[in-house]
Amino acid sequence: MIRTNALTKDFVVSRTRTVHAVRGISLDIQPGELVAVLGPNGAGKTTTLRMLTTLVPPTSGTATVAGYDVVADPARVRAAIGYVGQGGAGGASQVVRDELVAQGEIYGLDRRAARTRAGELLEALDLTEQADRKVDSLSGGQKRRLDVAVGLVHEPTLLFLDEPSTGLDPHNRANLWEHVLRMRTAAAEPRTIVLTTHYLDEADTFAERVVVVDHGQVIADDTADALKADLAGDLVSLRTPAADVTALAALAERAPGTRAVHAGPPGPDGGRAVEVRTADGPGAAPGLLRAADAAGLTVTRVDVARPTLDDVFLGLTGRSLRETAVQDADSPAASPTDPTTTKEVLA
Amino acid sequence: MSAATLTTAPRTRRNLLRDIRIVLVRELAPVARDPFSVLFGLVQPLVFLGLFGPLLAGSAGEALGGDVWLWFVPAVLAMTTLFGTSVTGSNLQLDISSGVHERMLVTPLSRSAQLVGRALKEMVPIVAQSVVVLLVMLPFGLRPDPLGAALTLAQLAVLGVGVGSLSYALALAVRKQEWMFWMVQQTVLFPVMLLSGMLLPLENGPAWMRAASAVNPLRYVVDSGRAAFAGDVASAAVGWGWLAALATAAVGLAVGVRSMLRSAD
Repeated sequence: MIRTNALTKDFVVSRTRTVHAVRGISLDIQPGELVAVLGPNGAGKTTTLRMLTTLVPPTSGTATVAGYDVVADPARVRAAIGYVGQGGAGGASQVVRDELVAQGEIYGLDRRAARTRAGELLEALDLTEQADRKVDSLSGGQKRRLDVAVGLVHEPTLLFLDEPSTGLDPHNRANLWEHVLRMRTAAAEPRTIVLTTHYLDEADTFAERVVVVDHGQVIADDTADALKADLAGDLVSLRTPAADVTALAALAERAPGTRAVHAGPPGPDGGRAVEVRTADGPGAAPGLLRAADAAGLTVTRVDVARPTLDDVFLGLTGRSLRETAVQDADSPAASPTDPTTTKEVLA
Repeated sequence: MSAATLTTAPRTRRNLLRDIRIVLVRELAPVARDPFSVLFGLVQPLVFLGLFGPLLAGSAGEALGGDVWLWFVPAVLAMTTLFGTSVTGSNLQLDISSGVHERMLVTPLSRSAQLVGRALKEMVPIVAQSVVVLLVMLPFGLRPDPLGAALTLAQLAVLGVGVGSLSYALALAVRKQEWMFWMVQQTVLFPVMLLSGMLLPLENGPAWMRAASAVNPLRYVVDSGRAAFAGDVASAAVGWGWLAALATAAVGLAVGVRSMLRSAD
């Protein structure tokens, strides 16, 4: 459905400065996949999406979307894809229903067919009550559902969503996702969905495949579970009195499956947690406890945590996505290596 | 989702007129729903007619050859056109910042039609506002030649398409520094207005002003309106007015379409 080869995009900011927003992205997305492109702001997610949707031409490399080349045949790509951008699709002074009808006409439906289709989408996305209201009177969640409806008017087999849930509260995010997932399977064949997000939990819960992008490159590409198992692993925390910390850490280092061991900060009782990164936490914990017992070491408390995608990102880049996500704009100007933005993140 | 609506395969060959109509209808929908919104544009011409017209009659009335309204009302209509259409780019700025413009760019809708449809929409408020101004002025003694007045409205509508297109082109050109739009618009607007002889006759101005006004299309449209209102419908002034209006529209549309084609990056 999508195939890119060494796609790059440079933005010339000034005579002396060029931002390499995307530095060679190669992707192969099959029909029916639900792919989340995850990365901090400024990573190149939006620029990649803008190239795939024919909004900006690539600097180099090729991209075939829905069977057509984005540079040679943008008109066919546009006819085939649906796009929900970061901004709103509905004009503030337009009426909700009119926007859907206009969109249907743009895609070649006659007025009657466009009205029928608008009615179906209003119902499917719970907007029937708002149908005759102006767009600027809608709530944030309603506006976003309208954006999705606008993107689905022509039943595209491939739908792009650029940060669909940014700015929505958790309730509205869940609601939007419910609709997106339902619209995905409502089609005759499952729609291919490609979305960008910097919400880890969103990529984790909904996407079947996660493409992690950083500094304009793909740094990981797999299912969320595989990424977590391969790149982060589970975390077993063994709480122990101060006297036993060194011995327990050494013991954990030797245990099978252990990838890394850290000593946590001292607790109020002076004890510390020995944190063990391991491939299979629940499987490793009993063995660690038995070994500690046999060595005469005390363990007062055990926690087993499954990794998050943030652990994956941390493992890949040494930075936490939660910190990097503080940056506001996914603009090319906000270069990830720009010292001013780094400072803002740290502050 | 019913399969019944999946009748039309995506078109690859576009019908330009159909695309223009889609854009035009969409742009006019808010005006049609709220017709009183065009009245907002009438505050300025009515202020000029009420507060500047009497001054003009008192100070230059004789120099203008009798009927001040026949001289001043066509100019006020041209002013309304100029002010109304030169700011219309700000509507596109709103659509650019909100994401509506981007939505349209990702559809197969012809980009030329996105500019032309928007520009043609400008005709509607121009004609509506002009008709209201004429009706308001009738009780104050305005008696224009009916055919001349109708032709002038048509000419202003054509001029408005051109100025509106240029305003859209400006909005697209400065889309990365939005504030520039207003700076450029204001910087161009007032010289163009004063060098058209709208408010005071240029005949009494210095030679360099008359020379500058010779290359100002608006001056010919204003002169044409005055001749037509006075009944000289077949005069050379009206001919020059049409030429200036059509040239403005042609240049405006060409520049506007070019900007629209390059508006994505």
